[in-house]
Amino acid sequence: MVKESSEEKQLTPLEGVVVLAGDEESSPLSKEGGDCCSTSPSHRDIRERAGIMVYPLVSGWLDTPAGEVPKVSPVLTADDKRGTISMRIGIGRDSYAITPGLYAFGEPNENSHVIVTCNYKLTFDHLRSTLSKLDLWVVVLDTKGINVWCAAGKGTFGTAEVIKRVNESSIDKVVNHRDLILPQLGAPGVSAQEVKRATGFKVHYGPIRAEDITAYLDAGMVATPSMREATFTLKERAVLIPVEISLLLSPLKWVIPLLFILSGLGPSIWSPSAAVTRGFALFMGLFAGGLGGAVFLPLLLPYLFWREFSLKGAAAGAGVTLIGLLLFGGALNWLEALSLIVLGSAVASYAGMNFTGTTPFTSPTSVEKEMRRWVPIQIGTAALSLAGWVGGAFIG
Amino acid sequence: MKGFDYLGVNTLEFDVEKCVGCGMCLTVCPHAVFTRSDAGVKGAKVTLDKPAKCMECGACAINCPVAAITVKPGVGCASAILHSWITGEEASCDCSGGGCC
Ligand code: SF4
Ligand code: SF4
Repeated sequence: MVKESSEEKQLTPLEGVVVLAGDEESSPLSKEGGDCCSTSPSHRDIRERAGIMVYPLVSGWLDTPAGEVPKVSPVLTADDKRGTISMRIGIGRDSYAITPGLYAFGEPNENSHVIVTCNYKLTFDHLRSTLSKLDLWVVVLDTKGINVWCAAGKGTFGTAEVIKRVNESSIDKVVNHRDLILPQLGAPGVSAQEVKRATGFKVHYGPIRAEDITAYLDAGMVATPSMREATFTLKERAVLIPVEISLLLSPLKWVIPLLFILSGLGPSIWSPSAAVTRGFALFMGLFAGGLGGAVFLPLLLPYLFWREFSLKGAAAGAGVTLIGLLLFGGALNWLEALSLIVLGSAVASYAGMNFTGTTPFTSPTSVEKEMRRWVPIQIGTAALSLAGWVGGAFIG
Repeated sequence: MKGFDYLGVNTLEFDVEKCVGCGMCLTVCPHAVFTRSDAGVKGAKVTLDKPAKCMECGACAINCPVAAITVKPGVGCASAILHSWITGEEASCDCSGGGCC
């Protein structure tokens, strides 16, 4: 075992080692800012040097013919969990990555399986806790902190990256078999034949969900049909809601002033008091649409029986707005009420259409077809509803 | 995937003549678009069973050893498509982290 001592090596981010520098790419917890400095002194490792710290998730080191490999602790710390939550609610979505390379789960030996994954820390943490009972080698690809499915679509979870990491990690010296297990959802980016040609390793596509990996391995690397089929359960849909909401928030900074300007228009040309009271009502119409499209649509997806997401969304938006009006809309006249329902439907229809991007069953060709038809309708009905809203001020 | 049907238009094409029955497309497809009725027979050709279920991920095409399948993979992300309409560029997913897009 050769110790890493040469000068230039010190600046290369090693597996399991965090470089404390401004470089976003190599700093795994960059979004956590000061949090990375809160490691307890008990965690000090002889590998730490000025400016370089060992990941808190590294529990030790394994000597292998390919050098020291970091052992990953299966226990998620409070920091790990806090990071997961902030990613889920859509803050700090830019980079939450760990350094690519070879890691050890448990106490793997030369016969242990090799699995390949992305360097999105949420995925890595999920594997840590799900596979805590297994002894495995884990090759982490540099997918720029993006999950397997999206990275495969972009090609960063791709043939070239697999070949590069397999060669760089010298995994061929560590194990005596020539099998790699990749997540099935990485298949859009990887050509199994080319990996085999370039590395000698045979690619096996494992199950879609990490929860099935143990059963897949126990069965001798055989997946049942249900392990291979994408699902979109209530839980899987529900975790997407916060991000859907955060996507709707960004246009608000120019939409809100517009709402108040429009709402002030009336018989007295422009009334500040109307701008506030009616502006608030109009905002609530918008809010109801957002609630319908970003919350109720994901939850009720299979029960909104139309195929088009725009229609599913419009129905959810109209429903939520109608309920809101029945509860709180007593002071509005018929034109105002109608305008709010139309606005709520248009907003929810648009939000619903955006949800196609996160579903695991919509083909881009179909999405584009839907959009050709529905985007003009959404813009048209939204404009009509705003005109109706202004008109409503005149009929008192 | 029961209960989830979309519009069903896509760019998937399958040339059954070329298929050597390796079964790779059966393995990688998340929607069981291809099937093989005589599953026990090694090397039996596959059938394009549920083309409307294809989500154009491209996994089958890139992993087919004899290029019997073609599909134009892409992102089904409305905001990316909207962006491509406006700019005239190819739609590309600039999503990060969490869900896609
Ligand atoms: S991957 Fe290609 S050759 Fe193999 S079974 Fe499918 S279509 Fe046939
Ligand atoms: S492109 Fe994807 S969804 Fe379509 S048939 Fe191929 S593997 Fe299945």
